[in-house]
Amino acid sequence: MSTVQLGMPGVRPQHASPVSTLRGERGFPEAAREALGDATLRANMRHATSTIQAKRAGAVREVRDWQKLRSAGSALKWQVTDHLPELLEQLEESVAAAGGVVHWARDAEEASEIVTRLALERDAREVLKVKSMATQEIGLNEALAHAGIRAIESDLAELIVQLADDTPSHILVPAIHRNRAEIREIFLAAMPDLDPSITDDPAELAEAARRFLREKFLDMPGSVAICGANFAVAETGTLVVVESEGNGRMCLTLPRTLISVVGIEKIVPTFQDLEVFLQLLPRSSTGERMNPYTTLFTGVHEGDGPEEFHLVLLDNGRSSVLEDPEGRSALHCIRCSACLNVCPVYARTGGHAYGSTYPGPIGAILSPQMTGMSGTDDPNSTLPYASSLCGACYDVCPVKIDIPEILVHLRAKDVDRRREARGEFHGSWDLALKGASRLMSSPRAYDLAVRSAKPLSSLLPGANIGRLPGALPIIPGWTDHRDLPSPPQSFRSWWDEREKERVARGPEGPASDGPGENGRARSADGPAPDGDASAAGTPDGEERP
Amino acid sequence: MRISLMTTCLVDVMAPDVARATVTLLERLGHEVVFDRRQTCCGQMHTNSGYYTEAAPIVRSFVDTFEPALEEVDAIVMPSGSCTGCVRDQHALVARHEGDTALEERTAAVAARTYELSELLVDVLKVTDVGAYFPHSVTYHPTCHSMRFLKVGPRPLKLLRAVEGIEVKNLPESDTCCGFGGTFSVKNDATSDAMVTDKAANVVASGAEFVVAGDASCLMNIGGKLHRTGAAPRSVHLAQILASTKEDPFVPSETILGRAS
Repeated sequence: MSTVQLGMPGVRPQHASPVSTLRGERGFPEAAREALGDATLRANMRHATSTIQAKRAGAVREVRDWQKLRSAGSALKWQVTDHLPELLEQLEESVAAAGGVVHWARDAEEASEIVTRLALERDAREVLKVKSMATQEIGLNEALAHAGIRAIESDLAELIVQLADDTPSHILVPAIHRNRAEIREIFLAAMPDLDPSITDDPAELAEAARRFLREKFLDMPGSVAICGANFAVAETGTLVVVESEGNGRMCLTLPRTLISVVGIEKIVPTFQDLEVFLQLLPRSSTGERMNPYTTLFTGVHEGDGPEEFHLVLLDNGRSSVLEDPEGRSALHCIRCSACLNVCPVYARTGGHAYGSTYPGPIGAILSPQMTGMSGTDDPNSTLPYASSLCGACYDVCPVKIDIPEILVHLRAKDVDRRREARGEFHGSWDLALKGASRLMSSPRAYDLAVRSAKPLSSLLPGANIGRLPGALPIIPGWTDHRDLPSPPQSFRSWWDEREKERVARGPEGPASDGPGENGRARSADGPAPDGDASAAGTPDGEERP
Repeated sequence: MRISLMTTCLVDVMAPDVARATVTLLERLGHEVVFDRRQTCCGQMHTNSGYYTEAAPIVRSFVDTFEPALEEVDAIVMPSGSCTGCVRDQHALVARHEGDTALEERTAAVAARTYELSELLVDVLKVTDVGAYFPHSVTYHPTCHSMRFLKVGPRPLKLLRAVEGIEVKNLPESDTCCGFGGTFSVKNDATSDAMVTDKAANVVASGAEFVVAGDASCLMNIGGKLHRTGAAPRSVHLAQILASTKEDPFVPSETILGRAS
């Protein structure tokens, strides 16, 4: 393993620590099967994702140079990836110069320890939070609770999730899997002062949350708030929080102490680069031209905002993502969640099936890279396969992360690891694909196999094959749900018969170039002896003419 | 033109009439079709499943078969968007994974002459009205690889709209994946089933008699679901519609993607 400079001397890339909420209990297929059986969830997801997706499409259509913006976003993110160590050091200097304190956290535990210590030192028993993926990822609320500190989420959807003792299932809309009626029940159970006559009207529900939170905000002076950041500007030390509800603005301005937990990949080089990302993010994310609240803050200023600012820069597996040249662009993600909303898999299974803070297509490439894929039993080894590779995610990604290509790359990594590990390369898929590879790289054997496919299929009655017994490998996954054609004759057998007729009839086929052409050019070469194939690597030694 | 037909393994075995229709169509347009029996598979299943090392000999076999003929044929045609995509985008990846730079160069030479059917017709043979006759209502499913990787765009619809007697109906949520995804359909069968169930319902909602696409694998998935649920619409490949004429009209057989006459 090579070392990657992270602004600290000689840091060795390491995976996210196990306490991170980046890995579920079960693999994707099993978790998805359960989610798919939940009709309410299916309906909630379908409605929500199609609504946001349509809104995004409209907001993007308005921008004539959208593709150029995407390219600019992608180029800036590559610049960050290529120069991360220098940029991190620059950020540290800028933040310090503006009166902030920078802490470095190798993993989830270190980050939680730093934040907990800072809160305890300030005698905080309650801390207010701005919705943040990084703090979700490191399980900060649980770590704080362990130290006797209560974290209160101030984002409406995050609050719903917290009050229901649930986990988020979407990057932008953590409670996307809940409908209005469910949210009303959650509020009634968790807010003792709430009038039971409240309906499931969104305005009434929002008002209830507003009253609940306003009391917390009013308590804030002298206290601690915790946030993440969408961007951190290396040049100026400025942090940017993009939000819709104004809860973020409250949390970022009212407390005495502000702590930001930020992944090391959130850097942008210069202040001007925000021009690109502040156009890309809201349109991709909420489908708005501009989000209602964008808060930029740089260090501390006497008499204005927090008196103390702490920045916790988090690795937690990001250095190991950075280590893979073909997978590292997963770090370019700006957490807009456009890929979730457009994904036909996510829209049906919901986010919990992915088992990670980061669900959907981006989660399927980010989570396994952050945690590593430790083997067949690792639930995160199933994530790169949780996609039909339809490519819709790549089309909508505002920074052009080629998610399908990285999914396939990670599948190859998973297979390569198994192939290289002693005695692990013999699962049913391994055996089937090894066998198919031998057959499909042997023209003669393959030709024979295809010609005999007809007699085999004729063992099963009917023009199509219906449900097959589960004892057969692989195929039942298909025939449990759909019928399979059982054609009477392969193409190549038909072609041969036609060629024989042609030769018997003489050279006057519809498009014949002339006499003597048919036999050779039309059917080219029959199954050739090995020596006849091109010299560079006839693939297998087992083939016998 | 002389055109080499790469049927794709799935069509050769599971949907042979799609290849037969491709031959019929191209010959009717005055072109010569050749078929090299050494062809096997493009290696897409192995590549997309992450078995690059096992895909490599298949890719070599593919190149060994089609590279020597590049001087004798004008183009290679595949009646499949996803297999063409594999040849164009993934063969080089496989070669690189194996550290085989010679193979990488050879794959590029073959890929440069390989076309999906609608690309061949519209871009190379410069034809949109192929003289077909298909007096039925159809709805068009664009298939993900044709739409997003090859970017065939409106080509198939241009070809379809020029068919005599045809009525093209709108497919709701047409650009959503049918859920096939190769081994995804088996490894994540419950999710794949949820996707194809929705796709089949949208085909029924379109009110069309047929759902048409440029990829037999997606059609086998959608057609298999329609058949299982007893829904009326049938799946049909673009080549089968374009091959259909007044003299020799396409009549579906009981077999999915099959032809009765």
